[in-house]
Amino acid sequence: MARYTEGHPRWHRTRVSTFWWLGSWPYLKFILRELSSVFIAWFVVMVLLQIRALSHGPGAYNQFQQWLRAPILVALNAISLFFVLFHAITWFNLAPKAMAVRLRGKRVPDLVITTPNYAAWLMVSALVAWLVLGG
Amino acid sequence: MEPAFQRYEVPFRRDWVVLDALNYIKDKLDGSLSFRWSCRMGICGSCGMMVNGEPKLTCATFLSDYGLRPIRVEPLKNFPVVRDLIIEMSGFTAKLSKVKPWIIRKDETPLSEGEFRQTPEQLDTFKQFSMCINCLLCYAACPVYGLDPLFAGPAAIALAQRYNMDSRDQGSNERLDTLSQHDGIWGCTFVGECTEVCPKNVDPAGAIQQYKLAAAKEWLKSFLMPWGGR
Amino acid sequence: MTKRSNEPFLWILFGAGGVVAAFLIPIHLFLFGLAFPLGLLDAPDYERVLTLARHPLTRVYLFILCSLPLFHWAHRFRYTLYDGLQIKHLNELINLFCYGGAIVGTTVSAYLVWNLS
Repeated sequence: MARYTEGHPRWHRTRVSTFWWLGSWPYLKFILRELSSVFIAWFVVMVLLQIRALSHGPGAYNQFQQWLRAPILVALNAISLFFVLFHAITWFNLAPKAMAVRLRGKRVPDLVITTPNYAAWLMVSALVAWLVLGG
Repeated sequence: MEPAFQRYEVPFRRDWVVLDALNYIKDKLDGSLSFRWSCRMGICGSCGMMVNGEPKLTCATFLSDYGLRPIRVEPLKNFPVVRDLIIEMSGFTAKLSKVKPWIIRKDETPLSEGEFRQTPEQLDTFKQFSMCINCLLCYAACPVYGLDPLFAGPAAIALAQRYNMDSRDQGSNERLDTLSQHDGIWGCTFVGECTEVCPKNVDPAGAIQQYKLAAAKEWLKSFLMPWGGR
Repeated sequence: MTKRSNEPFLWILFGAGGVVAAFLIPIHLFLFGLAFPLGLLDAPDYERVLTLARHPLTRVYLFILCSLPLFHWAHRFRYTLYDGLQIKHLNELINLFCYGGAIVGTTVSAYLVWNLS
């Protein structure tokens, strides 16, 4: 498939910079969206630590909660929340593109898929909060 | 030898597009300037170039959109440059043949059985993807293609999907063999810029994500029911 | 006839993980990562959390909450390393790190969730 360069090695091909993603706002937004996965992984690590602390008794759990109050942890989690929300929003907005739902022969507008997703998201979040906070 | 820019001063006319300016340069200032163009009305796909860093059809980009500021015209990004503003597109045409963008039939029906009939709804499932004019703006916008010239790319995959979705076609499996590969649909990370720059609203990014879902379903089928014939 | 890639399997995991992450992580992260540490809301006490967590349904829920998003991270981060840093030639190492990491994380979460007593 590299036929074009085989026969014409003199033809100029610009080398792609390592920082190509800084080249335009859409590219940067894309890379930030992809990097949100790192904060998702951090969240999982946090939950695993929490479950471990839970298993080791009230003392350990208290220590864990103390640790979470440290300013650097709060800052990290605030940033993580931003990226996790960024993931959720881009996910709900892009998911209809893959699904291409058709109803009665016509393509359903993306918003018809996205809106119920957001609604479900709110309901699930409310349910979790209710269960955790003592419903 | 590194490429270099050359500055030209052209008259500003309210109804001129960048292509008009390029033709003025070729006619009056520098006859050696080489660039592709043909229909000058946004349907042939020949005149794709970078205008101020964005992939555009120069026949559809008005000078007035840039005020009186200098306009930078460069050959389409991510392709080898043959000369001036002309890029080498044989890589793309090879990919296009590979995805078999034509009706594939397993069983050829005789002429006596008449034509294939298709409802407007059936047409609607693939019509958008058939609007591609092979202008390659999407390849200029795609960072994955920029990094890996072996990536099939937005237009080729969208055109494959156009035929996959065509009710007359029976070639999905053949195309899936070619495209369910790392340099096929799985190279795409849904950046989405291809759809943004497409002048014909083909939405290649949407085509590729639909293709991924279809490929995933096929994979599940073959995984859960490996005895099924393909 | 070229053999088709097994990438669809990884993509399905990526998608499932993305759905779980999108729906569930924001509220969890908000509550346990910000609201409770900052005192915006009263944190449930140890006994309550333990009772909640011990329930078999919660254990399954926690396992899913930990495992699937990790596979989502693995797949996405792998491609970010390929394209963002252009280190595709290290792809064996990257795959080991990403999917291996996800498998390790999944195993750890299974172990922890099992031992919640």
